[in-house]
Amino acid sequence: MTQHQKRNRKVQLMSATLLLGGAGLVQAATLDNVRQQDQVRCGVNAAQPGFSALDDQDSYRGLDTDVCRAIAAAVLGDAEKVRFVPLDSVERFTALQSGEVDVLSRTTTWTSARDTTLGINFTGVSYYDGQAFMVASDLGVASATELDGAAVCTQSGTTSELNLSDYFRVNGIDYDPVVFDSPEQSIAGFEAGRCDVLSSDASQLYAQRMQLADPDSALILPEIISKEPLGPAVRQGDDQWFNIVKWSLFAMLNAEEYGITRENVDEMLDSDDPDIARLLGRDGNFGEGMGLTADWAYQIVRQVGNYGEMFGRNVGAGSDFNIARGLNALWTEGGLQYAPPVR
Amino acid sequence: MTTQYKMIEARPAPRNTVGPVAWLRANLFSGPVNSFFTLLGLYLLYLLLTPTIQWAIINADWIGTSRDDCSREGACWVFVSARFTQFIYGLYPRSEIWRVDVTFATFAALIAWLAIPRLPFKRWVALVTLVGFPVFAYFMLYGGYFGLPVVPTHRWGGLMLTLVLAVVGMVGALPIGILLALGRRSQMPIVKSFCVVFIEFWRGVPLITVLFMASVMLPLFMPTGVSVDRLIRAFIGITLFQSAYMAEVIRGGLQAIPRGQEEAAAALGMNYWMRMGLIVLPQALKMMIPGIVNTFISLFKDTTLVMIIGLFDLLGIVQAALSDSRWLGFALEGYVFAAFMFWIFCFSMSRYSQYLERKLHTGHKR
Repeated sequence: MTQHQKRNRKVQLMSATLLLGGAGLVQAATLDNVRQQDQVRCGVNAAQPGFSALDDQDSYRGLDTDVCRAIAAAVLGDAEKVRFVPLDSVERFTALQSGEVDVLSRTTTWTSARDTTLGINFTGVSYYDGQAFMVASDLGVASATELDGAAVCTQSGTTSELNLSDYFRVNGIDYDPVVFDSPEQSIAGFEAGRCDVLSSDASQLYAQRMQLADPDSALILPEIISKEPLGPAVRQGDDQWFNIVKWSLFAMLNAEEYGITRENVDEMLDSDDPDIARLLGRDGNFGEGMGLTADWAYQIVRQVGNYGEMFGRNVGAGSDFNIARGLNALWTEGGLQYAPPVR
Repeated sequence: MTTQYKMIEARPAPRNTVGPVAWLRANLFSGPVNSFFTLLGLYLLYLLLTPTIQWAIINADWIGTSRDDCSREGACWVFVSARFTQFIYGLYPRSEIWRVDVTFATFAALIAWLAIPRLPFKRWVALVTLVGFPVFAYFMLYGGYFGLPVVPTHRWGGLMLTLVLAVVGMVGALPIGILLALGRRSQMPIVKSFCVVFIEFWRGVPLITVLFMASVMLPLFMPTGVSVDRLIRAFIGITLFQSAYMAEVIRGGLQAIPRGQEEAAAALGMNYWMRMGLIVLPQALKMMIPGIVNTFISLFKDTTLVMIIGLFDLLGIVQAALSDSRWLGFALEGYVFAAFMFWIFCFSMSRYSQYLERKLHTGHKR
């Protein structure tokens, strides 16, 4: 690259940042806007089993949607005051940048490029995911290293596609990519025999496997080839709103750590434990710094539950997917989920 | 000697030339080759239809409320029946569904009035359909007046949204298309070049790109705080796109009218709009019915593309329902249902256009 080209590149980057950053700055007071509209506009996946899916009662259910409900409970005191905006994977960042949604909770992987160049900020990790492989059982493959020459189905525009080429290049394996636009299409392609292997985030593979006519005809290989921390994201330039979204998730994690659940939250109000008293707003007002009321965390736990309850009913033991907690267990139980204390 | 001529009674045709057996012999078994292909065709039909009927009807589960009621090996129509309201009305509040019913019943009644030849006051009914009905439909579906609560457009969906998009697209595209077609044949350079550029631009980009631009690029260029409703964006995109196609279909019809018609009209002292409105267009549009209906049918099916801008049309809501963890794995039933609904509407449009052609037939066909 010549000096001139370099400078040109820099100018382009700067103007892009200015444009996006500017869009964020103008809409600084997201909280006021949310209060005025009396709803949190939340960008979600249109169809992602376990994370965001439309049930037969016309409402969205899933882990991603419950994160949004928690925010609404903290800010507006009512977990149902959320307007879910279904977004395409390409469209999601534009929708957040342009202010069409207040928070993006759409199985979005936190990467450095997305965090630093798109004018958005990730607020935390709601689900530690990783890319895995699903193969037909009768293929007789036990490890991903045996996949030489295989046709692999993936989805376009996702990090999965890039991880896949990295992984196979590093391991010196030839493969033949078959790219689809949506999870439904890729599972249909897999079932029709267009490819031998389906590669996607493990959470998604479990859901896709259940869509097969015979779920036992496919198995998920043990290799996890990437780090996929999924979490909510907000626009840059509004630190107050950033804090609210960040601490809504932390409140759920802390609640689980202290053993506060939906059922016992009202009894816990009288608890002597100072950590619990601070979290539930009996001792001090820790919502004030975010522009919220003292009972913000109480409302989250009472209406949505703690992190463990949310995980269990959507993707874990209480759901059809039965995904193990694994990395998503609390730090006290050998997982990675850790929240700073409320103090 | 007089000869008496007496007509012999008409005898029935030889038995081997009438009746189903003769028809079969003449049409299906007229030679060894034809007989072979008939039998082959019947065999293929048997191979295809038996499993289909077994799956869709005989071995299917019809009654129930959850996936546990689907124990048989055939189709699980329980999935469709449990979600039927959602497939038809999207997320429209259940208590307000009557508003959608009333709106579409009114629309069907108006169309039926226009379609049945014996009923009077056609002109007034047409005026009500084109002018009064859209206003009525807006107040009914969106609400906000007369004590009806507002139903924001993001709750619209399913078949209802498909129909709304298609009807708005058709009603908008036809007049714009006629104007563009006339403009493209105009002698005035500015009007002509505007129409040519417009038509060629919109015909040159795929509809999916238009919708994508409207949903991804447009919000970035809008002033802060101003956002155009997604449904309005889809209306505008679809209408402009289809009007360009419509313009070319109609221009084809205009080309087919001999110049003499227009010249004769001019000789009678008619001005431009009278020549077009009374002489040229009625003949051209009549000839263009197959082309126009063709465009309408493709528009109806193109409405499924609004899925990419986050609107749930019939196909979109079926796909969304497929990802409900309680109903995973019933994709085939969902898609068959969506295909069947689309087929019903497209087939009725096509039958109506054939009826219209016969009715307006004045010996112009060769």
